[in-house]
Amino acid sequence: MKGVMSNPVSVGVPSPQSGSTTQRNVKSSIRDLNFFYGDAQALKHIDMEIYEHAVTALIGPSGCGKSTLLRCFNRMHDLTPHTRYEGEIRLFPDDVNIVSPEVDPIEVRMRISMVFQKPNPFPKSIYENVAYGLRVRGVRNKTELDGRVEAALRGAALWEEVKDRLGEPGTALSGGQQQRLCIARALATDPEIVLFDEPTSALDPIATASIEDLIISMAGSVTVLIVTHNMQQAARVSTYTAFMYLGELIEYGPTNEMFTRPREQRTSDYLTGRFG
Amino acid sequence: MAVARQTLIRRGVRHRDVMERTVESVLFACAASAVAVTTAIVVVLLVESAGFFSHVSIVDFLTDTMWTPLFAEARYGILPLLCGTVLAAAVALTVAVPVGVMVAVYLSEFAPVKVRETVKPLLEMLEGVPTVVYGYFALLFVTPLLQNIIPDLPGFNVLSPGIVIGIMIVPYVGSVSEDAMRAVPQALREASYACGATRLQTTLRVVMPAATSGIAAAFVLGIARATGETMVVAIAAGQQPNLTFDPTQPAATITAYIVQVALGDLPHGSIGYQSIFAAGLVLLLITLLFNILAHVLRMRFREAY
Ligand SMILES: Nc1ncnc2c1ncn2[C@@H]1O[C@H](COP(=O)(O)OP(=O)(O)O)[C@@H](O)[C@H]1O
Ligand SMILES: [Mg+2]
Repeated sequence: MKGVMSNPVSVGVPSPQSGSTTQRNVKSSIRDLNFFYGDAQALKHIDMEIYEHAVTALIGPSGCGKSTLLRCFNRMHDLTPHTRYEGEIRLFPDDVNIVSPEVDPIEVRMRISMVFQKPNPFPKSIYENVAYGLRVRGVRNKTELDGRVEAALRGAALWEEVKDRLGEPGTALSGGQQQRLCIARALATDPEIVLFDEPTSALDPIATASIEDLIISMAGSVTVLIVTHNMQQAARVSTYTAFMYLGELIEYGPTNEMFTRPREQRTSDYLTGRFG
Repeated sequence: MAVARQTLIRRGVRHRDVMERTVESVLFACAASAVAVTTAIVVVLLVESAGFFSHVSIVDFLTDTMWTPLFAEARYGILPLLCGTVLAAAVALTVAVPVGVMVAVYLSEFAPVKVRETVKPLLEMLEGVPTVVYGYFALLFVTPLLQNIIPDLPGFNVLSPGIVIGIMIVPYVGSVSEDAMRAVPQALREASYACGATRLQTTLRVVMPAATSGIAAAFVLGIARATGETMVVAIAAGQQPNLTFDPTQPAATITAYIVQVALGDLPHGSIGYQSIFAAGLVLLLITLLFNILAHVLRMRFREAY
């Protein structure tokens, strides 16, 4: 069973937009994942495949474990004492279990970056914010830094707004711009997966729309995993949606199917606003 | 009925009003008394200094290189005392700032919670040790120790009390810097780790720069503590006004001189006696200067999180 599963798998899944079937590679595979804060179990037997170059949304009522699952992907829990992972999150193509204690969390974070709920730019210049991940990797070459900072800012649709003031503090930007700066920071290191934890919950509707557009456009080149408590947002940006409840994965599938024909009663209750 | 209830409410309101006003005026009196005492101190310093400066010109006071109030031909040049003060403070800060910042970095960023919760109160307890103890520690322990390294070091010198003052203010500098670093939002540390940074990189590249204002404030407050420190230098530095920047020489600081005079070598009302007020005024101005500096630093480095 395990031997069969441990190879990168290609599966045929219906594409929500066209209705036709497209081949998608599995970027990561979660296998019987349990997670504990001390004695409290926050994730229970999660099994799930994350598809490459797609946006996967995690939805569910507050406290159901969405952020906890997301933060397993960049080993953020290692910073909190008395936390424990059980099971596997395999990352392809090299098929490494990123929650294994033998795997260095820094190696994992080099490949999987994150954008947080509240914009959290460093009190540094716009340029240095974006260059940060490169600098901690030891990149010194000015031409390379300049090129990658520009590319990341373009990728975050911020370049035109800030190209003439890269030396100004990142904290002086507006909320929406700060969040795009954080996205640029997350993109600068060429990650394979970008994690978003409710990235628009602190933003106004216009800034939210621009971040959503950005996330949709990013999916061509990276794999996106996004936590949102906003179902419309999940419907707008994602190709796949996972519904979680009380630490369990209740239902997972193409977004349009889940939103139109949920298989589980609890999913349909949540989607129709009966709880959460 | 309705009328009765209304008066009842109104009486309640009036009662609360009176209470609030009383509390407010008591609190105001407390605050005002602090201001009044400070003002009184400044006024006394100014008046007594004016008496002093009617005998000694300000130019002499600021430029004369000798401070010899006990000599028949007394001279009142503040420079030797100022020099001793600056020298002792410089030695102290050379010890206190690196050690204090390292203690703060360790406690705030590296120590397990248990260690931090044990060490921090211990450090703060060290602040309660009477300074006389530190004075004799400098004279009887550190000086002989230093004499092993520097054989011709005099028994009284600035180096030894300077180092001891440094050790003495480490808990202070450390705890102010630690507060500043702990005030850096966790979200910034998370952002740094999420970029793949190590703990050391996070500390050096994110936490310390973000806490610059607080660390600078700790530094400046450390200077204020070191220049204001009295007993250690009075005991271990030799009480000899000496215009030198060589810390291995004996010297006196402004505070040590004030203690010396206050202990009764000079008659009340004499120029020599008034000189301690002039010296005190200089000390006050130095402190004021550093407070303004701390304020400016804080403004310059203030970073919005
Ligand atoms: N640091 C922590 N220590 C202990 N329990 C936690 C911690 N963080 C989250 N939890 C608990 O884990 C559960 C899942 O939380 P979380 O993943 O933040 O939910 P969501 O993001 O879906 O709102 C909740 O019951 C929460 O109380
Ligand atoms: Mg959450």
